[in-house]
Amino acid sequence: MALYPSKFKNPLINWIDARLPIFTLMHHEYIEFQMPRNVNYLWAFGAIGMLLLMTMIATGIMLAMQYTPNTLLAFDSVEHIMRDVNYGWLLRYMHANAGAFFFLAIYVHIFRGLYYGSYQKPRELIWILGVLIYLLMMATGFLGYVLPWGQMSFWAATVITNLFSAFPVVGDPIVTWLWGGFSVDNPTLNRFFALHYLMPFVLLGVVLLHLSALHITGSNNPLGIEIKGPQDSVPFHPYVTIKDLFAFSVYLILFSVFLFFMPNYMGHPDNYIPANALVTPSHIVPEWYFLPWYAILRAIPDKLGGTVMMFAAVLVLVVLPWLDTSKVKSLVFKPVSRLFFWVFAADCILLGFCGANPPDGIWVVAARLGTIYYFAYFLVALPLLGKFERPRPRPASIAEAILKGGGSVHAHAATAQPMEKA
Amino acid sequence: MSTIAHPSGAGAAPGGGGGDASRRNFLYIATTAVGAAGLGAVAWPFINSMNPAADTLALASIEVDITTVKPGEQIVVTWQGKPVFIRRRTPDEITAAAQAKLEDMKDPQADSARVQKPEWLILVGICTHLGCVPNFDGKSSGHLGEFGGWFCPCHGSQYDTSGRIRKGPAPKNLGVPNYVFLKDTVIKIG
Repeated sequence: MALYPSKFKNPLINWIDARLPIFTLMHHEYIEFQMPRNVNYLWAFGAIGMLLLMTMIATGIMLAMQYTPNTLLAFDSVEHIMRDVNYGWLLRYMHANAGAFFFLAIYVHIFRGLYYGSYQKPRELIWILGVLIYLLMMATGFLGYVLPWGQMSFWAATVITNLFSAFPVVGDPIVTWLWGGFSVDNPTLNRFFALHYLMPFVLLGVVLLHLSALHITGSNNPLGIEIKGPQDSVPFHPYVTIKDLFAFSVYLILFSVFLFFMPNYMGHPDNYIPANALVTPSHIVPEWYFLPWYAILRAIPDKLGGTVMMFAAVLVLVVLPWLDTSKVKSLVFKPVSRLFFWVFAADCILLGFCGANPPDGIWVVAARLGTIYYFAYFLVALPLLGKFERPRPRPASIAEAILKGGGSVHAHAATAQPMEKA
Repeated sequence: MSTIAHPSGAGAAPGGGGGDASRRNFLYIATTAVGAAGLGAVAWPFINSMNPAADTLALASIEVDITTVKPGEQIVVTWQGKPVFIRRRTPDEITAAAQAKLEDMKDPQADSARVQKPEWLILVGICTHLGCVPNFDGKSSGHLGEFGGWFCPCHGSQYDTSGRIRKGPAPKNLGVPNYVFLKDTVIKIG
């Protein structure tokens, strides 16, 4: 009899845990798990992302019970949800707004990782899984946007699937295969619905891998110094659980403002016009969270080139852990890199505005300059900054910086060992 | 493993161990190859099921009566789910299309190769960039683009009065579908 020696007192829990130690696992990973004691509120955005994924799956399952994936019925079935289904309006607006908020939370999460060097060794694989999660989010978000079968849905489906036609030889057969026909039509909508239901569960699986890898290395922190002993860390519960719950409350207030007072603020009115294959709306734009990529696509005056650059702009993130040659994680200690980082952040917002505006005049120039800086940041600035910038001295440990410094890192930099490798 | 007696057949190498190892390797490779071929054979129906179904492929040709189209106007009809432009060109537009310099074009093609009768221009109305429907508004020339043809609202591609790409990101000219004039006023597309 080889049962697991469970420590739980409750006889039922003990009986289960001895045979399948899931309670021990959860206790180990979410109660005892050691978190750096200096993590700030930016570390709550992963948990907020998880809350949003749960919101999306829960509301999505309920919506799927009322929605019809057929070109003749889809638009009306969404209106049926809005007008007739009990709380249908609430479920649909939650789903639509939580989708946008999911991207918002993940963008904060990504930029936090960029600022504090969370992608550096030993967390490269966590980062790469994160890029994969982001790609799945983009695919899922796009597929879902098509389902209401309004004008923006239809033309988003047309433009995005046509991106693949840029590839020589295989392009057109791929597009026909994606469509299941010779234009975006009923077979396309039908399969997009099936895939939109599937993808979030694939995404959830990758999130679990992301978390499993995270629980091997532990979380990074604002100093970018690893935990060296018990004085540097606190248990996940209650310290981080309470902090995350407070962050949830603040997020839910903001979410509710959008949900109840301006539910269509992030939408596009043209999507309340049923899809029409013969009329393209005069100004089509993607959802705000795709605008920077859209700007890069349009910045290149060549179909294949634009498509390749757009995919490359996302995929360059995969190799980021090896492009950044610095041994110091956090930008707190690298003032020159910090400057480049903030210009990069501003550049992403600039590209967003370029994507939202029609492609002429100053916006074309701005999109091209923005695209150049985007790639230069990863391919030129980060490799060189890591080699040539001399980081400021770092404190010897997390505990030292916090307990002696009263929050200020720089005041005690003199006592730190210079260039110490954590 | 040497204690297991392997049957000695035609394929068994003399000398025991070495022969057994290579035979095992052969079996591993053969098993893997058969398995991979089997998986591929099973995967193909799954992948191919997403290609156009028989009823989609069977979408027939259409016949269009063009009696009511006046010079300078176009009508849009649906063929295989796609918009098809039928434009009756004015003499000025025909001249402009015929005299445009081919060396200025991204996808050079003579106007005469794109029409059966110069007055009637018949095109698949899908921008070759990313599939939007280019605008045509004969009344307000601002929507025709610089070349008097079509202007794509999505990414600014401009086509001339022969439907050839002249400016913007689209790589090719607007497509010309197969069509025949059944009568002077009726065409069959497809």
